[in-house]
Amino acid sequence: MSARSERSTVWLIASRELRARLLSKSFIWTTTVLVVIVVAGGLVLNLAQRSSTASDVSVGLTPQSAASAPLLAALSKASGLEVTTEEVSEDAGTRSVRDGDLDALLIPTDDGYRVVVDEALDTRLSAILTSLAGQRVLGEQITALGGDPASVNAAVAGAVVDVDRLKPAEEVDGGQVVAGYLAGILLFMALMTCGQLITQGVVEEKTSRVVEVLLATVRPWQLLVGKISGIGGVGLVQVLAVVAASVGSALGFGLLDGTSLDLGAAAGWTVLWFLVGFTLFAIALAAAASLVSRQEDVGSVTGPIMTLMVIPYAIGVSIGPWDPNNPLMVWMSYLPFCSPLVMPIRVAVGGAGTGEALIALAINLAVIPLLIWLAARIYGNAVLHTGGRLRLRTALGGRAA
Amino acid sequence: MSSLFIDRLTKRFGEFTALDSMSFEVGSGEIFGFVGSNGAGKTTTMRIVLGVLSADSGQVSWQGRPLDLVSRRTVGYMPEERGLYPRMTVGEQLVYLARLHGLARSSATDAMERWTERLGIADRQTDEVMRLSLGNQQRVQLAAALIHQPDILVLDEPFSGLDPVAVDVMSEVLREQADRGVPVLFSSHQLDLVERLCDRVGIVRAGRMEADGTIEELRATAVPRWELVSDAAPAGWAGSVTGVRVVSEDGPRTVVETGIDGADQQALAAALAYGPVRAFGPVRPSLTELFRHVVSEPTPRPRTGGPDTPAPSGPLGGTS
Ligand SMILES: Nc1ncnc2c1ncn2[C@@H]1O[C@H](COP(=O)(O)OP(=O)(O)OP(=O)(O)O)[C@@H](O)[C@H]1O
Ligand SMILES: [Mg+2]
Repeated sequence: MSARSERSTVWLIASRELRARLLSKSFIWTTTVLVVIVVAGGLVLNLAQRSSTASDVSVGLTPQSAASAPLLAALSKASGLEVTTEEVSEDAGTRSVRDGDLDALLIPTDDGYRVVVDEALDTRLSAILTSLAGQRVLGEQITALGGDPASVNAAVAGAVVDVDRLKPAEEVDGGQVVAGYLAGILLFMALMTCGQLITQGVVEEKTSRVVEVLLATVRPWQLLVGKISGIGGVGLVQVLAVVAASVGSALGFGLLDGTSLDLGAAAGWTVLWFLVGFTLFAIALAAAASLVSRQEDVGSVTGPIMTLMVIPYAIGVSIGPWDPNNPLMVWMSYLPFCSPLVMPIRVAVGGAGTGEALIALAINLAVIPLLIWLAARIYGNAVLHTGGRLRLRTALGGRAA
Repeated sequence: MSSLFIDRLTKRFGEFTALDSMSFEVGSGEIFGFVGSNGAGKTTTMRIVLGVLSADSGQVSWQGRPLDLVSRRTVGYMPEERGLYPRMTVGEQLVYLARLHGLARSSATDAMERWTERLGIADRQTDEVMRLSLGNQQRVQLAAALIHQPDILVLDEPFSGLDPVAVDVMSEVLREQADRGVPVLFSSHQLDLVERLCDRVGIVRAGRMEADGTIEELRATAVPRWELVSDAAPAGWAGSVTGVRVVSEDGPRTVVETGIDGADQQALAAALAYGPVRAFGPVRPSLTELFRHVVSEPTPRPRTGGPDTPAPSGPLGGTS
C-alpha cells in the first residue's frame, strides 16, 4: 500500500471518530458546561474585584472637624485606603451613616474624636483615625511649643520607609494562582474525558467484533493511530474552547489588572501539554483496554494508568498554585505521565520558566516512541482476542490469537 | 480472475492443533461450501485467509501471489461473529467500510444505495444498526462484505439467522457474484442448502480437509448403497449375503451397502428367491449422509501433529 493511501486510511478512521464524538450529545454538553463555568467564574471574579476597589471609604466631617480633611487625605494616601471626605452637619451625617451613604462620621471631642458608624469601624480606617487623633494632639502640643503643626504634619505624613528586598518577592499573585488552578483542572478533566473515550472506543470495537471486519483491511497500528488522533482532535477542540473562553473572559472582564500572569504563555503551554499528555495516556490506555472484551472489565486494566493521572493532579492543584517549587512538585514536573499535569501549573504560577518546561517536554516526547512500540505490540496481539482478560505478558509475547 | 489457493495451513493454539495442513482450492466463479462439525476449523481457516489470524505455516495465495494486505482489500468478508458499529447508522457504516476498502466517497455512496436496495434494507439506511433485527443486521453485514465489489468472497455462516426469503436473496447474490468470476467460499451447517447451491463442497474434520469435490464426486467415493423393496422376503433376509451390509430395514424396505462389485446383484437374487421384488435401485446419498459418513469415521490421525506432518498429495485435499 502506498504511503499516501496508508495516510488516507488513518485519516478516514480519525475522521469517523471525530464526527462520531463531536456530534455526540455528551461532548456538546460537557464542552458547553465547561465554557459556561469558565465565563461565569470570570464574571464572579470581575464583580468581586469591582466591589473591592469600590470599597473607598467615605467619611463625613462636621464643620468643627473639617480642618482635618487635608491631614486625613495625606494619612489615608500613605496607608493605601482611599478616603473621601464630605462636610455635613452632625444630624445629617448621622442619618447618612444609618442609610449607608457614609461609612463614618467624625465629630471632634476635647481629647480626640467620636466616630459614628453603622455597625463596625473598618479596621484600616480605625488605624487612620487613631493616627489622625494622635496627629491632632501632637499638633496642639506643637502649637503650644510655638511651631507650625501643618508643616510638621506634612513632613511626617510624607516620610517613607524604603524597603530593600534581599530576596525577590515570593508573594502570591492572585491571577497566577487562578491560572494555575484552571490549567490543572482543565488538563485533568480533558485527559480524563479523552482517556475514557479511548478505552470505550477500543472495547466497543472489540465487543461488537467490528474490529475483525476492520482488521481485514487495515493494520492494527492504523486503527490505533486513527482512533487516537480522532479522539485527540475531539479533546483538542474541547481544550481550545475552554482556553479561549478563559482568555476571553480574563481579557473581557479585565481580570489581568495587577497580576504578572503571562496569559499567552499559560494558554499556549496548557494546549501543548494537553497534546503531549493526551498522546501518552491515550497510547497506554488503548493498549490496556485492548486486553479486555467487555466495558465492565475496563477498570481492572486501566486503573493503574488512571492513578498515574489522578495522583499528579491531586498534588498539582493542592500544592502547585501556592508552592510551585516544592521539591515534590519539581520532581513530578519532569516525570513522564506526571509532567503534563504538573508542569503547566508551575509555568502558570511562574514557578518554572520556559527552559524547564522545554526539558520536561523533551523527556516526555522521548518516551513516546517506546510507548508506541509497546502499545502496537500489545494492541495488535490482543485486539482480536475474545473471552476473558488477556494477560499482559501473553499479549507482549505475541502468542495470543 | 483466478482461483484462491489454501495451501497446507497449520495453526496451533497452545498444544491444540486447530488446523493441520488444511488445503483446498476455490476456483474462479465457483461457490465452495465449507462444511464440518463444530470446532473443525472452518472459522480458523477463514480468519487466516483474511489475515486477522496468522498461520503457523502454510499460505493463502491468489493470482499466483500470497494474499497480502493490499490484495485483501479486494476480499469481501463476513465474520462468524457479526461486527458492525452498533451506534452508527446503516448508511454511514456501509459508506465508511466501503471507503476503508478504497472506494471514493461518491462511489461508496452509490454502492451503499444499490446494496441496501438489493438486500431489502433501503428504508433502514438512517437507523442505527443496533435498532435492527438480527436478520436485518445480517443483511447489513452481507452488504458490508459486498459493497466494494470484491474479487473474492469469504463468508462465515452467512445463512444463519436468515428467513427463507432472505436465504433466497442471499443464494441469488452468491450465484451472481460467482457468475462475475469471483471465488466464493462460505461455511454452513445447512447441508441441504450447501448441496443445492454449491459447485463444490469440502468436508473438514479436526482441522483437515477430509473430502472435497463436486457432490457427484463425493458420492462416487462413498460406499454404494441400494434400496430393495420386497413384501415376501423375511426380516433379516440380507444378513447372510456375502459382501453386503444392512444399513436399515423398515418393513418391506431394506437399504444395503455393498463392499464388493456385483454384491448388489447377489442381494437382488437372494431377495428374488423369496418372491417378487417390487423395487430395486441405487440410493444417492445426500450431503448430510456423506457428511455423517466422513465425520463418523474413526479419527485417522491424532490432533497434535506438527507443521511438518506430511501434506496430502497436491494442493487439493485428499479424499477419504
Ligand atoms: N483463539 C483461540 N484460542 C484457542 N483455541 C481456539 C481459538 N480459536 C479457535 N480455537 C479452537 O480451534 C478449533 C477450531 O475452531 P473454529 O472456530 O475454526 O471451528 P469451526 O469449524 O468454525 O466451528 P463452528 O462450526 O462451531 O463455527 C476449536 O476447537 C476451537 O476451540
Ligand atoms: Mg465457525
